[in-house]
Amino acid sequence: MKTNDIILQTATKVIAFVIILFSIRLFFSGHYYAGGGFVGGLMTSAALVLIMIAFDMKTVEWILPINYRFLIGIGLLTSVSTGLIGVFMGDPFLTHYFGYFDLPILGKTSLHTAALFDLGVYFVVVGVTMTIIKSIGESE
Amino acid sequence: MFQIIIAIALVCISLSMLGLIYRVIKGPSIPDRVIALDALGINLIAVIALVSIFLDTYAFLEVILLLGILAFIGTVAMAKYLEKGVIIEHDRNK
Repeated sequence: MKTNDIILQTATKVIAFVIILFSIRLFFSGHYYAGGGFVGGLMTSAALVLIMIAFDMKTVEWILPINYRFLIGIGLLTSVSTGLIGVFMGDPFLTHYFGYFDLPILGKTSLHTAALFDLGVYFVVVGVTMTIIKSIGESE
Repeated sequence: MFQIIIAIALVCISLSMLGLIYRVIKGPSIPDRVIALDALGINLIAVIALVSIFLDTYAFLEVILLLGILAFIGTVAMAKYLEKGVIIEHDRNK
């Protein structure tokens, strides 16, 4: 039986972008407000799950041809190499640095290496969540 | 005075949540329970908003949007399960 769920699919095309933007905002506001890599990663995978529900798994693999197991490794490597910056600068492991930079569009911005560590957490959370959901969903 | 009004609103929302919990427990069919759980999530958003007014803080605004998104995704997943029997299909056009 072919079902016609055009309302769900059209709503998903709009709402998924809103959820992804909200997850990016949660990720970048983690230093000063509520949020961080964990909640941001969970919201990104929630958007991917919503697209998976409205369409199917093959469409999501066509949109985002990512092996999520590699994403876990990339995230762990990002976090560990962020910790190793301090070792190469002659400080203890996981020493973080920050500074103020004049970026072209954003103006005076404070950049912190803890954001890179958070990016690793983000990748690991997205990878683990999507690996769990895909491996459960694919078993027929 | 303002605190009393917020307390009255919280009591009213709690009563409506009690009615929804009655529908979740008693509901004769599964879709009744799903809709009651969705409305329970929306009432929870109202409770969080009122509590954040009561505590005079902005820290809970992310929680409100997050609960809205989670209630929507949960309801859509449950509706698709009731409709098709699977939540995530492998290939829709097969």
